[in-house]
Amino acid sequence: MEKFKNFTAVAAPLKEINIDTDKIIPKQYLKTIQRTGLGKGLFSEMRYNDDGTDNKNFVLNQDKYKNSKILVTGDNFGCGSSREHAPWALLDYGIKVVISTSFADIFYGNCFKNGMLPIVLDDKEVSLLMEETERGANATLGIDLENQEITTSDGNIINFKIDNFLKHCLLNGLDDIALTLEKDKDIGNYETEIKNIRPWV
Amino acid sequence: MSGARTIYDKIWDDHLVNKSEDGASLLYIDRHLIHEVTSPQAFEGLRVTNRKVRCPEKTLAVVDHNVPTTDRKNGIADEESRIQVEALAKNCKEFGIEYFNELDVRQGIVHVIGPEQGFTLPGTTIMCGDSHTSTHGAFGALAMGIGTSEVEHILATQTLIQKKAKNFRINVGGTPPKGVTAKDIILSIIGEIGTGGGTGSVIEYAGKAISDLTMEGRMTVCNMSIEGGARAGLIGPDEKTFAYMKDKPRSPKGDDFDKAIVYWNSLNTDKEAYFDREIYLDAASLPPVVTWGTSPEDVVSINGEVPDPELMDESKRQTKKNALEYMGLEPGTKIKDINLDIVFIGSCTNGRIEDLRQVAKVVEGHHVNENLNAMIVPGSGLVKEQAISEGLDKIFMAAGFEWREPGCSMCLAMNPDKLLPGQRCASTSNRNFEGRQGFRGRTHLVSPAMAAAAAIAGHFVDVREFTK
Ligand code: SF4
Repeated sequence: MEKFKNFTAVAAPLKEINIDTDKIIPKQYLKTIQRTGLGKGLFSEMRYNDDGTDNKNFVLNQDKYKNSKILVTGDNFGCGSSREHAPWALLDYGIKVVISTSFADIFYGNCFKNGMLPIVLDDKEVSLLMEETERGANATLGIDLENQEITTSDGNIINFKIDNFLKHCLLNGLDDIALTLEKDKDIGNYETEIKNIRPWV
Repeated sequence: MSGARTIYDKIWDDHLVNKSEDGASLLYIDRHLIHEVTSPQAFEGLRVTNRKVRCPEKTLAVVDHNVPTTDRKNGIADEESRIQVEALAKNCKEFGIEYFNELDVRQGIVHVIGPEQGFTLPGTTIMCGDSHTSTHGAFGALAMGIGTSEVEHILATQTLIQKKAKNFRINVGGTPPKGVTAKDIILSIIGEIGTGGGTGSVIEYAGKAISDLTMEGRMTVCNMSIEGGARAGLIGPDEKTFAYMKDKPRSPKGDDFDKAIVYWNSLNTDKEAYFDREIYLDAASLPPVVTWGTSPEDVVSINGEVPDPELMDESKRQTKKNALEYMGLEPGTKIKDINLDIVFIGSCTNGRIEDLRQVAKVVEGHHVNENLNAMIVPGSGLVKEQAISEGLDKIFMAAGFEWREPGCSMCLAMNPDKLLPGQRCASTSNRNFEGRQGFRGRTHLVSPAMAAAAAIAGHFVDVREFTK
């Protein structure tokens, strides 16, 4: 996994609440057996017109948000299906950070497995960033994971919380499986113990 | 560990391989279910890193999401679906995992076949790359949906890195009125707590109305825990659980079964156990319900009407207005006045034998309304066999229902069973999201009995009046 690096980019507002993973990446794109190439399906039912052309009303199709790498959105983002295709699609499109008041648990976890950073802020802070994003390309946000800071283009700083282990993995691009395989002996010991006390499992 | 614990605490403690300082623990996974949609990239990951599957016998594979529900003898016509199904078969063969293919009578929706095979056991940890894994919590198992990276993690290590969730107990007391089912109970709960209400928690369902449910009803309740945002749903195991487990192909046998029961009994939540949150509902006051919007929390009584977003909290107003526009509904419309084009009965929420019996009871001697199409998709090949042996298939077909092969079908429309744009469906599945059952399709979630009554009437009706 790539290491997460600080960056500054345009942020796009997606004002709805409860954006589910069916909306992020509809099922017709789930028939792939690969992780890549899902960006074209991102938000497709909102993003494209029936004839396949871009829906100009959709935020990511507007010129001022063309190069967004950050999404600022409403409560409970990523609810519904566990499909990891949701973060894959966001990432393939170029979105690396999503900011919301809350995320669904599975989506939240899936982001970290792919080097993406979901940031939880309180209502006020998210509203403030929503307002910022209205300024389009003139309002970039700086993301600093090391110091857990978001910097607005006016220089205001918002701090965010994040679990230390998850932060460590993102910053160092660590592969969970490699980390766990180091504990192979512990796993083996557990298995031996269980065979004795719960043989039916 | 000392002190009073919840069932979740106990299962958690019994599966800790080790605990690290920062609270992210390594949890042993007893059972792993996989299907064709969320597993190919995990196997690919193993291949790229040259890793093996640690315990192939602890994983069971089945195809369900992509398979057509009409005759399968000639294979799968859709090329992408076929490739995905073939990839699963190939991966299972290569890594030594047991696999039920689309022609196997044991094939069915992953959350229907787990319990049916006795693969799902009380007190175990069960994971699947599918959010409705919560279904298996009905047996007092810790069952969670995971992403594909975690599927790969389990395949390689038989463990998961997890943080402990909060304990949330939902007590449902009383006896539901006739015609009010497990589905109405869980939809009402979600209406109450909202789709984010359970975020960060494991929900334990308790109370008389829950213990009175059959195992099928308990599965329906636990199934939709994820619609309430919870990591998992759990119900403490009891005599009904053990009776269901007995003689299932993979359940413990003989002496082991007796020993297992002693352990399973010890898992129930201690009297003084601490819950971070607790709520109470009275089942006696619940009506049959219908969803009106595009979120499972948009729940209203069958005798109610479509609500007015203008009267809602500001943070929800715009989203709910969009939902009504998508659904093609006006505030104030009576639910009973909503006409339907399609009725879908099936899914891992309501595709089990008891659900089909409920449907048969309502539709026997009636005929599906001429203005709509109605389809019944059994949750597995074994459910289908059972239904046939009870003669339910004859009742369904005589009433004008299509009687299909098992699979996920129109629950998510990855196979050819789809709503057309604008079509309105009464569905026994679990999600009414935009496009879920087909591009621009409109979904109303209901119980099997309510779906059955609506299929006959052509619009929503109160099943309690219908069966009079
Ligand atoms: S029936 Fe629906 S919810 Fe259940 S596993 Fe299949 S697609 Fe998912």
